[in-house]
Amino acid sequence: MSLRSPLSQARGLGSAKDGVGHWWMQRMTAIALIPLSLWFVFSLVRFPLLDHATMVAWIHAPLVAVALVLFFLAMFYHAALGVQVVIEDYVGNEGVKLVSILVTKFALFAFGAAAIFAVLKIAFGA
Amino acid sequence: MSVKPASSNRPLSPFMIGPYYKPQLTSMLSITHRLTGLALAFGTIFIAAWVTAAATSPEAYGQFAWAANSIIGKLLLIAYTWALVYHLCNGIRHLFWDTGRGFALKSAYASGYAVVGASVVLTAVIWVAAYL
Repeated sequence: MSLRSPLSQARGLGSAKDGVGHWWMQRMTAIALIPLSLWFVFSLVRFPLLDHATMVAWIHAPLVAVALVLFFLAMFYHAALGVQVVIEDYVGNEGVKLVSILVTKFALFAFGAAAIFAVLKIAFGA
Repeated sequence: MSVKPASSNRPLSPFMIGPYYKPQLTSMLSITHRLTGLALAFGTIFIAAWVTAAATSPEAYGQFAWAANSIIGKLLLIAYTWALVYHLCNGIRHLFWDTGRGFALKSAYASGYAVVGASVVLTAVIWVAAYL
């Protein structure tokens, strides 16, 4: 027997009114990050990317640019979701919690936007 | 009728580990997953700085490369590599758990030791390969 109303069961949003969206996206980005981060580390080992010309030539390859954009999207999204959970678990004060989540999400999305823009600028550049 | 909490200074997670709760491999790996996750999230700043410097100018990139090649930069990169490999391996352990398997005490410990071993070995392999 369930104490939940039929409407509540149909909505499937649970007591947090948020459903499984956060949990699911954390897993989706985690799965995406397995091949993407392995490729990223492999590339760093394979090419002398601390040389500017090598780095620019590497990102000029379309597949590399696309893979880097996907990697950054998944990485910054996954980081934002993960840090949010840690804050929600350990910060008790509601105000501090809200501000902490806002600040970390704004920061991570700003850094993510900067990283993706930098990749596109090099990829589309001469 | 509401009941007043017995004590307002009861230990809260994660501060119950140690004085009130014996540290175990499983709980230590769990908190390490969170700590490495936080460290990796903080480190994304440097990944953004890395590509932004490359998109800015060869001079800006040269400064970043100099910092990354310094002893402190290298030590941070090795630590970051281990954090990434650990979080990756333990993340796969978590994804396996999400299928509802591997929760028996014996298998939870076996996968835990495997993650610790793999994270150290893979970090070493990556840095040896980087210098070959």
